[in-house]
Amino acid sequence: MSEINSSTALWYVSRATGAVSLLLLTAVMVLGILVTRKTKLPGMPSFAVSGLHRNLSLLSTAFVAVHVLTAIADGYVTIPLTAAVIPLTSSYERFWLGLGAVGFDLMLASLITSLLRRHLSRTAWRTVHLAAYLSWPVAWFHSYFVSGDLQHGVLRLIAIACALAVIAAALWRVAATGKNLPRAQRVGVLMSAMHSKAHVK
Amino acid sequence: MAEKLLVNPIDCAGHGACAELLPEAITLDEWGYPIIDPRPLHPSLTRDARAAVSACPTLALRLVKAEAADRAR
Amino acid sequence: MTGLPRLLPPPEDKKRQQHLNAHLQRHGRLPYRDGAGALIRDIEAAGLTGRGGAAFPVHKKLQAVRDAAAKRHRVPKVIANGAESEPASDKDATLLWLSPHLVLDGLQLAAEAVGADTAILYFHADRAHDVGARLHEAIRQRQALPLDRVPVQLAQAPASFLSGQETALLNHLAGGPAIPTFTPPRVTERGLAGAPTLVQNVETLAHLALIARQGPRWFRGVGTQEEPGSMLATVRGHDGQPRISEVPLGLPLRAMLPELPNDSAVLIGGYHGTWLSAHQALQLTLDNRSLSAAQARVGAGVVITLPPDRCGLAEVARVVQYLALESAGQCGPCLNALPRIAAALAEIAAGRARQRTLDDIERWSGLAAGRGACRHPDGTARFVSSALRTFAFEVGRHRNGRCSAATREPFLPVPQSAALASSWRS
Repeated sequence: MSEINSSTALWYVSRATGAVSLLLLTAVMVLGILVTRKTKLPGMPSFAVSGLHRNLSLLSTAFVAVHVLTAIADGYVTIPLTAAVIPLTSSYERFWLGLGAVGFDLMLASLITSLLRRHLSRTAWRTVHLAAYLSWPVAWFHSYFVSGDLQHGVLRLIAIACALAVIAAALWRVAATGKNLPRAQRVGVLMSAMHSKAHVK
Repeated sequence: MAEKLLVNPIDCAGHGACAELLPEAITLDEWGYPIIDPRPLHPSLTRDARAAVSACPTLALRLVKAEAADRAR
Repeated sequence: MTGLPRLLPPPEDKKRQQHLNAHLQRHGRLPYRDGAGALIRDIEAAGLTGRGGAAFPVHKKLQAVRDAAAKRHRVPKVIANGAESEPASDKDATLLWLSPHLVLDGLQLAAEAVGADTAILYFHADRAHDVGARLHEAIRQRQALPLDRVPVQLAQAPASFLSGQETALLNHLAGGPAIPTFTPPRVTERGLAGAPTLVQNVETLAHLALIARQGPRWFRGVGTQEEPGSMLATVRGHDGQPRISEVPLGLPLRAMLPELPNDSAVLIGGYHGTWLSAHQALQLTLDNRSLSAAQARVGAGVVITLPPDRCGLAEVARVVQYLALESAGQCGPCLNALPRIAAALAEIAAGRARQRTLDDIERWSGLAAGRGACRHPDGTARFVSSALRTFAFEVGRHRNGRCSAATREPFLPVPQSAALASSWRS
């Protein structure tokens, strides 16, 4: 390995913050699903689950920002500034890095709409927030394939563990949509349940 | 000036974060929905009330001026 | 013309077509005021309150819309609410059938008073008569003159209990479902398409059209000092048939319900109203001041007497099942309380009540009231608690496996709820 100069230091920071970002985003995703399902975690009140979800999302945005800026700033490979948000504009790893841009865009959209939530309609916020479900797999594939870091050793195990955690949480969330009836049906189903409980024809 | 808590019952999904942060003014009914003390909030509770408003995952809880809370339905 | 009827044509006229010419001949020309606020002052002097059930002072609503329009620089809209989603009530349908032009006059005058450029008449189509066709014809006659300054659109209300509720009505007109919304600013401030909106019951507008012609003192010729004027009442006697009559406010219920058997029960105000014993009812008069002593309100003028040979508990259970199915299902307390109350009442009616059933109903009613986006749970709770009070003796009988009724033939008119069609079987 050649001498470590400031440029390669930036490159290593980018890779490190990238890996940490993936871990943080995994936690954000799982916590978000716990909020939706009103899960009671032992020793953790529900305001803490939603609070942690929000705080970690801010933290992960910061980490991703550092990850992106250091990758652009360092001279090891040439990545234009625009590649942070516009996919396919980098000649280096055009596709996998492009995925990173897509993920970052979706993250930013989710973050900004959440900060401005009071001024948006319910549906608008919800639609953009649902896009977060898309941003996680995008981020994962970007992380796994844009460099070889996550494809060997401990980091590989961690990457797979993150994937399993999110898949499990997402399946659990989908199972809940069966319970979340559309409004028009809620009353009918509840009436049915009440009447069968009362054993009255 | 006196403030009151107001919940939008349509947006409220019964997460219960509000009752955890402000048990002095909010309790949960047997189905997990908030029962809110209708009286103006004691000034010492304002900080916790703001935390409760902020913690609501559906933004159903609001702090309003005491007279403004009365609406025609 | 201080005598009654005012709104409905005199009995001998009913057979004739409700043509515009006959209307103008009977009531006189449509008196546009062309003067800012003039009509509103007359309405205030007359003391007209809403006839849709809430009895809100009409001049206050008119002024609020006018003020909001000036403050926000928006042109207001006016809506005549003829949804009449209370199944036991028939007076709005009757009014639209027999005196459509009075309602349309009122709509024009109200539009002029607030400066509106849009007028909508929201009516319920699912009745014995083809009200829609008659309204179309009436509007066509007016356009031919032309008489109306603001074009009137007709809109059909869906057949649901909540469709006549103010915010549900607006939600539906805006293209959404006919369920209430929880909007902080009042409808008079920000309603249809964000414009200040006046929503007024069709009967209220008919009264307004007559006050504009005859003056406030004429209007006060009948009624009481605090609650002046006349109102349309839907009275259902022991044969179960609705009779619409125009009565002065303050009329003794004794006069409305002659020969009422002592062991009857009386329901005042429809399915969000209050049950009373015959003895209680006969001491009261048809105005809020008198009725409030018995925790009752005039509401939309529905007065029903339950014959002694029917089971009040079975009737109430049937109605509350409908009310529970008609919940919008948006607010946790209502969605959870009403079906449970309905099931508990069904248990009581079937003689299978448990020790805690009455306590449960009381607790659930208390939890539901005041915690929804509309007054559906509140009204249902009032209907239920007054029923359990009035039929307390019958509750005891049912606990012992008996029932005083001679027949279980349904009496109260309960439509089928749209919710039945979806996921549950009775």
